[in-house]
Amino acid sequence: MSNIIDLKLFELVEKIKKKEISSTEVTKAFIDRSQKSKKLNSYITENFENALQKAKQFDEKPDFNKKLPGVPLAVKDLFCTKNIRTTAGSKILENFIPTYESTVTQNILNEGGIIIGKLNCDEFAMGSSNETSFFGNVQNPISENLVPGGSSGGSSSALAAKLTPATIGTDTGGSIRQPASFTGTVGLKPTYGSCSRYGIVAFASSLDQAGPMTQNVKDCALMLEVISSYDNKDSTSVDFKRGQYLKDLNENIKGKKIGIPKQYRVDGMPKEIDELWKKGMKIIEDNGGEIIEINLPNTNYALPTYYIVAPAEASSNLARYDGVKYGFRSKGENLIDMYEKTRSEGFGDEVKRRIMIGTYVLSSGYYDAYYLKAQKVRRLIKNDFDQAYKKVDAILTPSTPSSAFKIGEKTNDPVSMYLNDIFTVPINLAGLPAISIPAGHDKSGYPLGLQVIGKAFDEQNILNIAYSIEKNINFKNNINDWWIN
Amino acid sequence: MTIDLKTVKHISKLSRISIDDNKAKKLSDDLNSIFKFIEKLEKLDTEKIEPLTSISETNLKLRKDEIKSKNIREDILKNSPEDNKDFFVVPKVVE
Repeated sequence: MSNIIDLKLFELVEKIKKKEISSTEVTKAFIDRSQKSKKLNSYITENFENALQKAKQFDEKPDFNKKLPGVPLAVKDLFCTKNIRTTAGSKILENFIPTYESTVTQNILNEGGIIIGKLNCDEFAMGSSNETSFFGNVQNPISENLVPGGSSGGSSSALAAKLTPATIGTDTGGSIRQPASFTGTVGLKPTYGSCSRYGIVAFASSLDQAGPMTQNVKDCALMLEVISSYDNKDSTSVDFKRGQYLKDLNENIKGKKIGIPKQYRVDGMPKEIDELWKKGMKIIEDNGGEIIEINLPNTNYALPTYYIVAPAEASSNLARYDGVKYGFRSKGENLIDMYEKTRSEGFGDEVKRRIMIGTYVLSSGYYDAYYLKAQKVRRLIKNDFDQAYKKVDAILTPSTPSSAFKIGEKTNDPVSMYLNDIFTVPINLAGLPAISIPAGHDKSGYPLGLQVIGKAFDEQNILNIAYSIEKNINFKNNINDWWIN
Repeated sequence: MTIDLKTVKHISKLSRISIDDNKAKKLSDDLNSIFKFIEKLEKLDTEKIEPLTSISETNLKLRKDEIKSKNIREDILKNSPEDNKDFFVVPKVVE
């Protein structure tokens, strides 16, 4: 039998169900590999002993009707997990142990999943390279000193390095799809309202969505089925009929109309990415789909809009970290002084920067010029997609304007860091689902991804298109375990 | 528009984040480059556009106003940096 860690998630599920392998064996295999992979710094908190106990319990009393029967999974450290430390990558939550479980991780537990640890991420999910984490940089398994993307960088790193068979991240402006693209893995941001936000450390509430990160599209369909649910604990959760994403997964895209937005051909984009995009179009046509040029005229305004809306919501969400109810506290001469010192010492630079941008755009005299303006432009961006979807079923774009970059390369220039998300941010603003799948390599051998964007609640369609592209591309990740001595 | 040191200090006060002068200078530079980027939006005419406040734009569901979790004082106080078993404790506010 091949190595357990090399099995895909759906294969692990099958083998556990057929009793060919036990949950304990699988859990041990991923924990062993995680222990040998500390150099990647993918984990913030390990839950290994507890996970092994849970696996043993599963094997003693197995339930093979579950979707993730005794399957070990590590998850982004932005999901509150009962009795397991949850930091959001921040010093201010360094010692926070939730007394409740997020709905999404509860769904994983309900389906038999076992949490083996909490994965590194940019502080409060604010970043595109995992370099803002209080717990340090994460290595991309593709090559040493390469960023794994962000903010779900620990997730993408652990997944690509096979420390976990699948994982979940959160995506506010690209935080699932960009790291997936940088590590040669699959990442899906569901429609806003598909996965409950209850128990996810909030960043920008009108944009945040949880989603699966997996090695292939089939695993992605399985994970989405597990985590997507209506939840009355999240007032923005949408009560729609969720699909049987795995069962209905198929590669037939005959007659599908796929839009190509010309505005996504940005200046300075490497030739390889343009070629990759063309390769994607050809595959769609070869499989009976139709390529249609579309117009998303306000694309250029998406990033500036995002950098008003997201910090504004963040400044309000992060007001709760005051050193009183939970988290880090610094000593102060009086209450106000305590607040100010706590927040100054507890937050990192990028988080402080965004809180201050948000505070400014919401402050008296500037609200209309910035925040209200951004909300109006957000409407225009959403209208662009509504118009486009009158003509097409889905949209194909590159996932990112470049491949993974070196650690430290962009830390001094916030705007150039923000530009990473140019192809992913509009989708969050419009609340749509989108999937990034690995589709090729650049000249350095680093992975590149394609993004398929769908209509709201049309996850099945983009999974199927991604499945069809995946089958034709046959992408292989070049990972040589350089971090293991 | 430029964000000068005085404005940075003002925002830091509103944000309840103390910053020293060195940091304020660096922040002012960063914020200026970010706002230069953001101000692209000024070019767009949005006079007649309704702001988009929520993507779902549906009415929020009503639910019964009932207590779902009881006796969780201990849970709530568990993570507080300073407490006296029954309350959160903060520096003296009233003389």
